[in-house]
Amino acid sequence: MSSRPAHADHQAQDRRNTISARSLVKTFGHGETRVTALDNIDVDIRENEFFTLLGPSGCGKTTLLRLIAGFELPTGGTIELEGKDITALPPHLRPVNTVFQNYALFPHMTVAENVGFGLKMLGKPSGDIDARVKKMLSLVQLEAMANRRTDQLSGGQQQRVALARALAPAPKVLLLDEPLAALDLKLRKNMQLELKSLQHETGITFVFVTHDQEEALTMSDRIAVMRDGAILQIGSPKDIYDRPTHRFVADFIGDINIFEGTVESTEGNQAKVRLRDGETVLARMPEAGTSAGSCALAVRPESLRIAGPGEAAALEGTLENVVYMGAAHNLHLRLGSGEELVVRHGGSTEGIDLSPGAQLGVVIAPGGARVLA
Amino acid sequence: MAETSVPTPRRAPRARDLKAMPGFKTIGWACIFALYMPLAVLIIFSFNDNRSVVKWTEFSLRWYEAALENDGIRNAAWVSVKVAAVATIFSTIAATMAALATTRTAAFRGQGLAYGIINQPLMIPEIVTAISTLSLFSLVKQATGVTGIGYLMAAHTAFCIPFAFMPIRARLEDMTLTLEQAGADLYATPWQSFRYITLPLLMPGILAGAMLAFVVSLDDVIITLMVAGPGETTLPIFILGALRRGITPEINAVSTVLVAVSVILVIALFLVQGRMKK
Ligand SMILES: Nc1ncnc2c1ncn2[C@@H]1O[C@H](COP(=O)(O)OP(=O)(O)OP(=O)(O)O)[C@@H](O)[C@H]1O
Ligand SMILES: [Mg+2]
Repeated sequence: MSSRPAHADHQAQDRRNTISARSLVKTFGHGETRVTALDNIDVDIRENEFFTLLGPSGCGKTTLLRLIAGFELPTGGTIELEGKDITALPPHLRPVNTVFQNYALFPHMTVAENVGFGLKMLGKPSGDIDARVKKMLSLVQLEAMANRRTDQLSGGQQQRVALARALAPAPKVLLLDEPLAALDLKLRKNMQLELKSLQHETGITFVFVTHDQEEALTMSDRIAVMRDGAILQIGSPKDIYDRPTHRFVADFIGDINIFEGTVESTEGNQAKVRLRDGETVLARMPEAGTSAGSCALAVRPESLRIAGPGEAAALEGTLENVVYMGAAHNLHLRLGSGEELVVRHGGSTEGIDLSPGAQLGVVIAPGGARVLA
Repeated sequence: MAETSVPTPRRAPRARDLKAMPGFKTIGWACIFALYMPLAVLIIFSFNDNRSVVKWTEFSLRWYEAALENDGIRNAAWVSVKVAAVATIFSTIAATMAALATTRTAAFRGQGLAYGIINQPLMIPEIVTAISTLSLFSLVKQATGVTGIGYLMAAHTAFCIPFAFMPIRARLEDMTLTLEQAGADLYATPWQSFRYITLPLLMPGILAGAMLAFVVSLDDVIITLMVAGPGETTLPIFILGALRRGITPEINAVSTVLVAVSVILVIALFLVQGRMKK
């Protein structure tokens, strides 16, 4: 059986593309009820990576997954798997398996029969199937459940069966559509770690769908942030978090302060931005497009801190609210322009006046402010 | 009850549903009486040790014995079972295919029309269907010279299809497409998907459809009356003929057996559908 981990073969080489989608378009319906679910998507998913599709409800994540699995045919564009055009290939001929959002376990089969189904359909000898099923069940720690019916399992156990079933035929790509959405928080955290290590062990390319940004940040090698059927940005979690190129991306991932401003002058990739309350701030420009004029300025709360005594403050505001966050405090300030500013103040708050209405100076960490494209 | 200043309601408050309406019980019992009293009379007098069907004397199984020994009844029962079995098999197969075609394919033009066409025979008066079937078969018989019980079986198969279709389609509509997609995702060809996923899950629906078809075929009078040739007398037709000579306890016995078969099938259907809900 071809369960040989793929990463061993290609470790030395550059990562090749497992999935390449070009100008992918998918519309549903006709005339007035026509919906564009995917609008000209280009994406390359690399071999052996944990790739996440992140975006709000209805942005087309499931649709993209269904196109890759072959349940749906694209209205336009092509999909390649390891350089081979699979656009028109029916699902049962694609070496791609899916973990469905509702698990879709076969209710008339036992756990072991579910897990062995793919191999049986591939015509493997039953001895091989049994061995592989055993291995997969031990991988997801369900050996004891092999002969149970699937409706006798808890949600988390069903989820593992779905995972084992999809991994058993050792597909080239595993598609996961919000597999953790139905689990409670604790179980979810556990499964996040397990999924990540499973992906590492098997060396299979994972395409993971979620609308939970925290989940995306902790698990992914790369993230594609989607909105309205388009991919806005693709990058590592750090890229997406630290260098969002799009206002929507910045807003969607983590907490962020966004201000209106005007670019006064640029020098290299630094820009001097005048805010609405008249103060100027130094900020990094996005790689593409260095247009002068009005812009949006983004600063993460953790790139800000309260200025110490005698320290030059970049911004000034009136304290309105203090929210205790455990390891830090979130200080909500109102700027002169009327805009709100959230500062995540890490260290001790000793020596800082935290009474409502206090005037506080704020320092921006170097490189903390960015102009959004 | 302790005395309170608040006026106590005469009865304990109950959940307000239809059962609480005045007269509900009376009407309910009246309906049950109207529906089952005739049957009760029929069944009781089939065990009567007397030729009379209005005066009770003593319990006996003699009319059942008589019925068993009656060649006419035995032949008719055999014809009925043969026709019903053949009609059940073919109509269930056709209904299953029709249900799959109207639920398991991409939406196509005229899908609603197809659904309507399959169910329409339920709306057409049976006598009209009977006469038109007779006309068609006469034409065919004249053209080909072929005769036989095949015509009766074909007619039964045709009118059983919509009955078999309904529970099968209902079951298919309840089954999400996701399971079949999961099958395809796990390398099942369309045929394997059908064989290993759709068919086993659809089985309760198919059984329900088959039972319905069997009962409907077994009970049919009008179409059979028109289409059946000589020597193709089914049980209901035999009973009808015998009635012209007056009700006999023997007929009561045969009718009771027919009722028993129907009841057994309905109970089986009920059990199957109970399992289906799980
Ligand atoms: N079969 C369909 N017929 C018509 N419209 C559809 C169909 N499937 C999806 N859509 C539409 O396409 C858009 C994208 O849907 P999709 O299911 O891909 O969103 P999603 O990102 O997975 O959302 P969620 O997070 O809610 O699952 C939506 O506007 C949806 O209404
Ligand atoms: Mg979805």
